[in-house]
Amino acid sequence: MKFLKTASLAILGTALAMGAASAQEKTIKIATEGAYAPWNFTGAGGKLEGFEIDLANDLCARMKVKCEIVAQDWDGIIPGLTAKKYDAIMAGMSITEERQKTIDFAGPYANSPNGFLVEKNSPLAKIPGTGEAYNLGTQQAAAEKAIEAYKPLLKGKTVGVQGSTIHANFADKYLKGTAEIREYKTTEAHDLDLAAGRIDIVLADATAIIGTLDKPEFKDYVMVGPSITGGLLGAGVGVGMRKGETELKKGFEDAIQAAKADGTIKKLTEKWFKIDLTPRS
Amino acid sequence: MDFAFMQEAFLRLISGVPLTLNLAFTSIAFGAIFAMLLALMRMSNLKVFDWPAQAYVFVFRGTPLLVQIFLIYYGLGQFRPTLDALGLWGFFREPYWCAVLALTMNTAAYGSEIIRGGLQSVPHHQVEAARACGMSGFLLFRRITFPIAVRQALPAYGSEVILMVKATSLASVITMMEVTGLAAKMISQTFRAIEVFIVAGAIYLVLNFLITRIIMAIEWWLSPHLRRPPAIEPRLEAAHV
Repeated sequence: MKFLKTASLAILGTALAMGAASAQEKTIKIATEGAYAPWNFTGAGGKLEGFEIDLANDLCARMKVKCEIVAQDWDGIIPGLTAKKYDAIMAGMSITEERQKTIDFAGPYANSPNGFLVEKNSPLAKIPGTGEAYNLGTQQAAAEKAIEAYKPLLKGKTVGVQGSTIHANFADKYLKGTAEIREYKTTEAHDLDLAAGRIDIVLADATAIIGTLDKPEFKDYVMVGPSITGGLLGAGVGVGMRKGETELKKGFEDAIQAAKADGTIKKLTEKWFKIDLTPRS
Repeated sequence: MDFAFMQEAFLRLISGVPLTLNLAFTSIAFGAIFAMLLALMRMSNLKVFDWPAQAYVFVFRGTPLLVQIFLIYYGLGQFRPTLDALGLWGFFREPYWCAVLALTMNTAAYGSEIIRGGLQSVPHHQVEAARACGMSGFLLFRRITFPIAVRQALPAYGSEVILMVKATSLASVITMMEVTGLAAKMISQTFRAIEVFIVAGAIYLVLNFLITRIIMAIEWWLSPHLRRPPAIEPRLEAAHV
């Protein structure tokens, strides 16, 4: 009996020690797409780089956890989260009602409008509304008027968008029937097709367009059209996680608030996008 | 498992079936002609024909179809000025024709080997018998070699047809909204991968089931010697008694 007691105590002790060790080195696995420059992309050496990689490292340091960042195709990024392949998503994902039915968000940690990418000499470069900004949530009538104003120019043209994004939803709602909409797996794919001349114009996030315009192949291209946010375009970009993970969510919320407050997000967005994307609350 | 949702998914995915079948059969039709040509080149015993055909089969059988699709679509897309000058850009501009081209080139490589196998397995004595009857050249090919070769090659070619129906799913990577493309879109809107992919898989299964039945029917029709003999024999025997 004494032996059994000692043995069980020893086992209990080991288990406790292991539990303590795992609490100390808690690892959070964060998924990103790795093909959405400058938010997140695969750099020259095959390493993940970008705004969200920097921010994730900063947030994890604030939460005092170890983070592992993995690349995951955009298509399967939410099913992968619900299947517990990783614990969080930081992949330029906008907080939308549709996604909130399935997952929870912390944040937003950034907010950016959409825009069009087109060749300088194309007739579509003269789309009205360039330089204007609208919020589909709070100024719906004005925003929709701006959309109606550029629709006639897009008639019969081919518009490229990345599939499964808020921009694809936007195109489905406002441009379907006017223009032919082609959905691509990545923004890089629709950029290639725009350069090849298979599509006339690209609808995407302004930050993604800024990233594209940086490339020498796109020196003859411009960003046009009104900057639209809100409504079905979501409430900014946030960290996605499974529902019910309150502790993780609180950790991210606090870390994001702290990063907003001390100017880290401003600094990082200016580094990667050349503009400040700190969400105003 | 939510059956109401699966029904909704089925109704949406079924609208991609015409494009799936269109891609499969257009490329199989062009591919079969090309495959026949390649098989004849390989069997010509002339190095000028044999070697290019061998190289072609080696390259297209040895590389993944997905890579071929990417090369044709995005790769050639970067040579637009050259293609424009050649008057070919109108063709390569359309994702549909790029998909058909990639699928055709791929199936031609596999198909040519199947046809070559069929032609080589025609029993020599049957050809000799035909020659003894005075047939030669094209007449011999048309009446004896080709029909027997088709009969031999059909089961393998049937598998190739099924593989092609499934291969069309790769066209979704170049914006073609066939069954798999629509499934991916629907998953991205609902995040319910299991139900949607089960429905997509079931649609391919039904399509391929129908195709296997059709191929079996053609086999039956082409192989009279393998069918059960007609039921008139008992009566003949009775007459002898």
